[in-house]
Amino acid sequence: MMLATITTPDLIVFVVSGAAALVGALGVITLRNPVHAALMLVMTLFSIAVLFVEEQAQFLAAVQVMVYAGAIVVLFLFVIMLLGVDHSDSGARDAIRWQRPVAFVSAVLILLEVSVLARTRWATGAHSTTAKLTGSGAHVSELARSVFTTYLAPFEATSALLIIAVVGAVVLSRTSRNRSPVRETERPESVGGSGAEEATLGSTPEVRS
Amino acid sequence: MSVPGSWYLILAAVLFSIGVVGILTRRNVLVMFMCVELMLNAVNLTFVTFSRMLNDVAGQVAVFFVLVVAAAEVVVGLGLIVAIFRRKANVTADDLDILKG
Amino acid sequence: MSGLVQVINSAPALMASVAIHFPSVQYGDLVPELALLVGALVAMVSSALARTKDISFPYTGIGIVTVVLAGVWSYHLSTIVASSGPKAIVAGAMAVDGFSTFLMVLIAVSLLLVILLAEAFIYEVGSRGPDFVALLLLSGSGAMFMASAEDLLVLFVGLEILSIALYVLVAYCAQVTLSREAAFKYFILGGFSSAILLYGIALTYGATGTTNIGQIALFLSQNTLTSNGVLLGGMALIIVGLGFKIAAVPFQLWTPDVYQGAPTTVTGYMASVAKAGGFAGLLRVLYVSFQTVRIDWRPVILVMCVLTLFTGSILALVQRDVKRLLAYSSINHAGFILIGLYVATQSSLGDSLYYVFAYSIMAIGSFGCVSIIGHLKGSTEGPLDIDSLRGLAREHPRLAVVFAILLVAQSGAPFTIGFLAKFSVVSAAALGQHYELAVLAMLSAVIAVYFYLRVVFAMYRPPLTADTEGESGLTLTDDSGDVMIEEDGALDQGDLLTVTRSRTIPVAASLSVGLALAMTIGFGIVANPLISFASSAIPLH
Repeated sequence: MMLATITTPDLIVFVVSGAAALVGALGVITLRNPVHAALMLVMTLFSIAVLFVEEQAQFLAAVQVMVYAGAIVVLFLFVIMLLGVDHSDSGARDAIRWQRPVAFVSAVLILLEVSVLARTRWATGAHSTTAKLTGSGAHVSELARSVFTTYLAPFEATSALLIIAVVGAVVLSRTSRNRSPVRETERPESVGGSGAEEATLGSTPEVRS
Repeated sequence: MSVPGSWYLILAAVLFSIGVVGILTRRNVLVMFMCVELMLNAVNLTFVTFSRMLNDVAGQVAVFFVLVVAAAEVVVGLGLIVAIFRRKANVTADDLDILKG
Repeated sequence: MSGLVQVINSAPALMASVAIHFPSVQYGDLVPELALLVGALVAMVSSALARTKDISFPYTGIGIVTVVLAGVWSYHLSTIVASSGPKAIVAGAMAVDGFSTFLMVLIAVSLLLVILLAEAFIYEVGSRGPDFVALLLLSGSGAMFMASAEDLLVLFVGLEILSIALYVLVAYCAQVTLSREAAFKYFILGGFSSAILLYGIALTYGATGTTNIGQIALFLSQNTLTSNGVLLGGMALIIVGLGFKIAAVPFQLWTPDVYQGAPTTVTGYMASVAKAGGFAGLLRVLYVSFQTVRIDWRPVILVMCVLTLFTGSILALVQRDVKRLLAYSSINHAGFILIGLYVATQSSLGDSLYYVFAYSIMAIGSFGCVSIIGHLKGSTEGPLDIDSLRGLAREHPRLAVVFAILLVAQSGAPFTIGFLAKFSVVSAAALGQHYELAVLAMLSAVIAVYFYLRVVFAMYRPPLTADTEGESGLTLTDDSGDVMIEEDGALDQGDLLTVTRSRTIPVAASLSVGLALAMTIGFGIVANPLISFASSAIPLH
């Protein structure tokens, strides 16, 4: 009965991109090669962008493709290339055995919690508390207005996040490069740093005397 | 009429659960991290769907913030992974067993 | 093509229709957050202008000035709140109320102690420069955003500011293997828990139609949801997501590893500021937003609370590493803080916040002592076995006394802030007629006394002789399979005394620990100011 009221193009778009998103997600968690997993992730992200368009969120769909497929997954691929593709991970080689049951139990719990508890009524909330989504063209302006009014505080706070990302990347890249110079410049009486150094100092007669 | 919102929400819940299973079962740190992104995207889909169902823009704004946060997290996270594993041959969490449970 | 022309033509009309009325922003209300952000930027910019790169104290100075400014201003805001009432700022997305100002003062005080510790120890292992202080300040500003969040999205962004900076800080001393592993573990679990929290926020948004904490409460008080599955799911996921951050059982599994592996100074920060941020979110969201559905969340909090109390205290009994032991003790303390949330009255919330304050001070002091001891033993930021504390009282009597006082205070000894904190939450439970919970809490406190005293006794026992020491070095290796401890054992065998004599306690560290000690005892004896400050910590609405 419900199916009858849904127009065919909408149904086709939803089924195809929903299936693609699911296949992609399953691919991420099952494929052994991280490069394949990353490509599967792209498929999921792209399908979600299509679903965004279907839900009248065209602007977010564009941003989704640009940020996720254009930036985030490319970064992932860079890092995979930098570190080398690792084939040894089969997913079956679990160091911690309890994790697998816990994983499935928690997944089932989340699914139950979300889909069974809700039964038929999902969006029980008040309608249009922030601003209405009127027509298809005005979404972006409405979005912009909300970002600069109701959500001004979190919007400004995200600037701190971007600074942290920059500083963090600098710090992380530098600590890995500086590792050996730090050791060499250690004064003999300050025995800080790594354990290996303490061992050498510990066995040096001069320090002991 | 377009597809009812509950279908999207169930799809999002399934994607989220797949992400949870992936984090808890996979050992490759990059794939674990991808699963976090998968979870965040499921949340995005939820937000957009609620936004449509409630005819309210706040859900779409939330997706906006999630995108920023995800970008910052990816930069720091991948930097961390490179810093940790640069000198190691393979990238699995099993190599990290000095600290035990 | 014609469509494009049409779009361009319609652009002015579109813009005219969207005149944005910016909310008025009173910058005076945002000084604590802004001070920390600006302080971080000043530190980084001044490092670009500085001639010598290998110094740290100017940045520490900048950090201290900023943090003191933020703290004093937060206190100033609290006096304004006391006189003219709480208010929502920046379009209702943030709040200036007793709750936020109390937590911001707490965050500023904790940051001050941590910055001093960092000056003493972090640069010994990590690189010098403005990064550490800058990241610490940025992260602290995230905690302040969480404390004053009146919108779930502000809470989320604040949490991410806090956590993402913290991921880097944990990895700061990446030479130490444990630190790298701890950083990775913390990062993945942090991302995981943030995603869960966010899903909770999304479901709450769907169920109530808003992300504003006050408006959620309003909506729920005016409407009775006939099918509240989505709301309950959202609430549960928010509790799980924040439960990871505050290390409540069963979401505590990462805590001992990360606390042990992180640089000790950062561990002190995690135990104080990061936890305070998590509790700020949990207390405000549950107490304010979900006030009308408290019948649904209180049982969950009760179970978490009891589990946390006992898991923390019982597992701490079997730990050999001092940092791991303190990690379990921190889990135990989280249980006590949850008592106030479970009782869920305005005064019990104040008791919880008082406990957060007390615990933060004592935790930083204790981790500071661990840092100093590690420094004196020659392995700054390395692991510290409980047996290696033996003989400390003879070598450094004053340090041993200070550490002992801080530990005993954590166990709840009278005339300290720890006693008052435990007393206030337990009496809150009793006042709310939850006598079983009060008894269970006291039972857990008694168990906890044992492991604190174990550390104290270790310090006052004579040092191990050369023979037994060799043995202990070996058994240590077997216990944890860690190479570094083995090498430590080798070091202990003869040169402990020599190395010890060549090292002194850094001034900044003794200042930090001294301040922590002064507050632990000072607020324990002159109790009234802090107690009345905490009792004024009432959230908006």
